[in-house]
Amino acid sequence: MAIVAQSSKYGQFSRTLLAWIVGLLFFFPIFWLVLTSFKTDADAVKPEFLFFFTPTLENYTNMTDNYDYWRFATNSVITSVFATIFALAVGIPCAYSMAFNPTRATKDVLMWMLSTKMLPAAAVLYPMTFLTKSLGLFDTHFMVILVLCLINLPIVIWMLFTYFKEIPKEIIEAGQMDGVNTWGEIKEILIPLAWGGIASTALLCFIFCWNEAYWTVRLTTTDAATLSKLIEGNRAPEGLFFGRLSAVSAAAVGPIIVLGWFCQKQLVQGLSFGAVK
Amino acid sequence: MGRIVLEQVTKSFGETQVIPPLDLTIEDGEFAVFVGPSGCGKSTLLRLIAGLEDTTSGKVLIDDEDMTSVSPSKRGLAMVFQSYALYPHMTVRKNIAFPMRMAGMSEEEQNKRIEAAAASLNLTDYLDRKPGQLSGGQRQRVAIGRAIVRDPSAFLFDEPLSNLDAALRVGMRLEITEMHERMQTTMIYVTHDQVEAMTMANKIVVLQAGVIEQVGSPLELYHKPRNKFVAGFIGSPKMNLIEGAEANKHGAETIGIRPEHVTASKTSGLWQGTVGVAEHLGSDTFVHVHGIEGCDPMTVRAAGDATFKHGEEIFLTPDETQLHKFDTAGLRIE
Repeated sequence: MAIVAQSSKYGQFSRTLLAWIVGLLFFFPIFWLVLTSFKTDADAVKPEFLFFFTPTLENYTNMTDNYDYWRFATNSVITSVFATIFALAVGIPCAYSMAFNPTRATKDVLMWMLSTKMLPAAAVLYPMTFLTKSLGLFDTHFMVILVLCLINLPIVIWMLFTYFKEIPKEIIEAGQMDGVNTWGEIKEILIPLAWGGIASTALLCFIFCWNEAYWTVRLTTTDAATLSKLIEGNRAPEGLFFGRLSAVSAAAVGPIIVLGWFCQKQLVQGLSFGAVK
Repeated sequence: MGRIVLEQVTKSFGETQVIPPLDLTIEDGEFAVFVGPSGCGKSTLLRLIAGLEDTTSGKVLIDDEDMTSVSPSKRGLAMVFQSYALYPHMTVRKNIAFPMRMAGMSEEEQNKRIEAAAASLNLTDYLDRKPGQLSGGQRQRVAIGRAIVRDPSAFLFDEPLSNLDAALRVGMRLEITEMHERMQTTMIYVTHDQVEAMTMANKIVVLQAGVIEQVGSPLELYHKPRNKFVAGFIGSPKMNLIEGAEANKHGAETIGIRPEHVTASKTSGLWQGTVGVAEHLGSDTFVHVHGIEGCDPMTVRAAGDATFKHGEEIFLTPDETQLHKFDTAGLRIE
């Protein structure tokens, strides 16, 4: 007994140690980013100031004063929030239909939707840019919202579908017998029952939208430019200003890290695709 | 009112036809039980009546009105599911109120009906609990309460007692039967348990592979089964079906005799066999006898204090007036 207890104690210790190592490994880039953001551009590249340096807020004040950080941040919030809302507005009825009234084609449709995620974004860069410009939608919030919504829709539908599949069909049928119409089934039964799943889907979609860089950088210039564009804009012909770049990056990822921290449980549930009930 | 008529109703899933053309009438106020083995189409038939499945062809009439393409909510029926299908995010009160709220009933009327249903189903103390905090029996009562308050023209029950333990099942069986006696509303009840069918129904519909084998009162089915399938399905323990020379003596391909119509003796009788297992239930003893030609094992009901032991010789004598005869097609010979 004692041996078993001791070996399980060692097992637990080594698992904890491993978890800490992996955790620190993942956290290190963020830590490094934040650390560098408090260095001057000159200090940032000097090895002697690796850990010991005179911290400065210069990069942050520069970012807000000269680069209009808040405009980019507001654009990021607007585009991510609305893209998430639209993705859910389309995704919920779509996943509901496929989960509770499947046809022979449902599986194929789901696979087809997922396959669009396999298409390299660069493959449609030219038609997208051409289309956006010819429709006069270049650098508009509407276009960014539309693109963010569409590129995340497959994953949103897949996640919601997986959650909805866990709800017994009989509950929906009981609703039908009790006199609710399709909208009532969604509003009165489905959404309250799948609330956890919908929330984690929304959260993940929001994060994906916030972090999206390929299209937001290419389809915007100033009016609808998001924080990704701000980061990209800090590439100067003279080279990279690591201090400044780190401050902008830290300010861009900061809100999402805080959000993620508070919603850890929902995120884990979302990432496990409904495996956790 | 709640007269339900099925006219030439069929149902196919893809290429597979699960309900061949079927006609059935359930009169207003009847307690009809659909019974049959698993996969015989009884639940599908109930769902066709409810509108949860579309008919492939044929008509579903409720009170002489064609309801074939009408949505489930507009058919005026209430359904109780095997898994209770309560809304887990709502309290018992809200669960019961749900159909009334959807119908736009006044809150005052809703409360009146909830109180009445809760009182009749012993749920008054649980109205503010969520389904997750209730036992299986209580959950099923809530499901019944939710059905009652709608004042439907007919109740549909889809194996409602299958998830309950044996003791609770007997209690709920009585409650549902009493409810029917009190309300006199049409009820259609699906079960695979022939004891439930016999004790609750005033009309039993025996189904096999989507085909109605016989419709009748419980005693009609018990005394005059139309074919071998019904004979074997209705009655517990099953009727003994004997084939071969013994059946031919009576001018039939197969003869059937129920366990309660055979007398067992240790000394003399028409047939001789060996005791296999003797099941002592206290009130009765069911003896499974081996070695009877054309029927092995044969089940016999003996007195509760009978002392037959494994391997003992036993003599059996059937009550000739209670013999059922079937022809080569398995149909009853009168």
